Amino acid sequence: MSLDKDTVRKIAFLARIRVSDDALDGLAAELSNIIGWVEQLNEVETESTAPMTSVADIRLPRREDKVSDGDKAAEVLANAPEPKSEGRGGYFLVPKVVE
Amino acid sequence: MSALNELTIADAADGLCKGDFSSEELTGALIGAVEKGRALNAFITETPEIALDRAKESDKRRKKDGALGPMDGIPVAVKDLFCTEGVLTTAGSHMLDGFTPPYESTVTANLQAAGAVMLGKTNMDEYAMGSSNMTSFYGPVINPWKGKQKKDLVPGGSSGGSAAAVAAGLATGAIGTDTGGSIRQPASFSGIVGMKPTYGRCSRWGMVAFASSLDQAGPLTRTVGDAAIMLGVMAGHDPKDSTSAPVDVPDFSSNLKDGVKGLKVGIPKEYTVDGMPAEIQALWDQGRDWLTGQGAECREVALPHTKYALPAYYIVAPAEASSNLARYDGVRYGLRVAGETLDDMYEATRGEGFGAEVRRRVLIGTYVLSAGYYDAYYLKAQKVRTLIADDFRKVFEDVDVLLTPTAPSAAFAVGDKMDDPLAMYLNDVFTVPASLAGLPAISVPAGLDADGLPLGLHLIARPFDEETLFRAANALEDAAGFDARPEGIGGGK
Repeated sequence: MSLDKDTVRKIAFLARIRVSDDALDGLAAELSNIIGWVEQLNEVETESTAPMTSVADIRLPRREDKVSDGDKAAEVLANAPEPKSEGRGGYFLVPKVVE
Repeated sequence: MSALNELTIADAADGLCKGDFSSEELTGALIGAVEKGRALNAFITETPEIALDRAKESDKRRKKDGALGPMDGIPVAVKDLFCTEGVLTTAGSHMLDGFTPPYESTVTANLQAAGAVMLGKTNMDEYAMGSSNMTSFYGPVINPWKGKQKKDLVPGGSSGGSAAAVAAGLATGAIGTDTGGSIRQPASFSGIVGMKPTYGRCSRWGMVAFASSLDQAGPLTRTVGDAAIMLGVMAGHDPKDSTSAPVDVPDFSSNLKDGVKGLKVGIPKEYTVDGMPAEIQALWDQGRDWLTGQGAECREVALPHTKYALPAYYIVAPAEASSNLARYDGVRYGLRVAGETLDDMYEATRGEGFGAEVRRRVLIGTYVLSAGYYDAYYLKAQKVRTLIADDFRKVFEDVDVLLTPTAPSAAFAVGDKMDDPLAMYLNDVFTVPASLAGLPAISVPAGLDADGLPLGLHLIARPFDEETLFRAANALEDAAGFDARPEGIGGGK
């Protein structure tokens, strides 16, 4: 199946990646080419095959539901991009979300 | 004796043990080589101060209490995908500008605990997405091998900086990560050994995630024996990674030299691809003869779903990547590009922070997971993945290891294949199937092509049977006697 410009615009928004309007056509062609190529999987009969859910033959481990780490606000905030949030109450600053 | 920067890990450990030189001297020689080799662009960040500090500590420890083991005092390079406490970690991306992790990945912590000395963080394809190291925000890495045409060639990827560093004598060993071939293909292009262990053998904690069901850390070294030594200290169960296998780590070096007499080797007939150079076919045949000559029994086997591995991979890996890379939103670390609204900021940050290949894969991943397409693409690929794993399970009832070429070509020129993503993806045609099945695999340098460029042979073994893998690889290495060196900067002739 080939992807048109509108589909690429839509998935780019879903992925929150800005793509300029003049780049959409080129990207649509590139992605269509890749999607067309992966569609050769339709040749494979998979009616009675279960999808792989775990590559390793191990059981998911369990542990006690207990806090084992934390209280590291300074470390968590240390890499915050500008504007720096430290010293202003220990939070990340973002553009206004609620009017 | 070779120059200090060209020693194998085993020989360096021996020299340190005998007191022929100190770790400080050895590390100093490597730091000098790293400086001289800067034209290769193998490192994103050099850490000579950390290296010298750790080297001195190692020397002190050795004098006082004896060495911690064979990696104590050995200088290694670390792919810039591993988080290192207090040291810039970029994953080769603009997106992680200035990111300095406040914690250490389990694999690098294990290496440090074994006394290894970190020389720096190596260049790589952005977020490990690439087979050439050309997608790095920090520019391409140049392969120390030039070939007869004296061109600038790629070292392969995504662990291209680690491969070039080991090949050029800028590190005694290095660590990389392999999702679809990112250790093995660059090892083949660079004339060194590259090993991907069984999925779950090494902890993924603190490794920047690309495709979590495929990513594995592994060693890049000059010899098979060195890879066994290095994996021994990298591996081990880690409660911080729920997919880390709760199994003991055997001594990978113990039966390395036991030979391959009676070993059953499968030659998968589907690994002959159109347009593969005759030299690669000839080397593969030669590999079969080498193993047969040492008493192994080689036979043809069938892995019928091989041709579907690559397309299945290019659904599964981008799908996982689109999910994993959702965390790069400009809020908490790395790059932020201002925007009027929160969505604006996300879009602007991710539009500018991700390079072309990462953008392409995140979009593909988003598409195959989106409503209405999930069953047709993602679920289908996961079913095909089951069939590929079943193929391997069946042949491993009859044989102990599989022998294939590592890559369908030798190193290509910097800039090639960049306008054709599918041609680039074909680099991993022989390495991806083992990745999809989570199997251990290794590339061993086995010969040179007509242009004087290295070619690797690839072995695949059963899950958690790295011991057999290393034993067969050691036999190949012995027979191949590969001793060619790149004209190299920092080392070589």
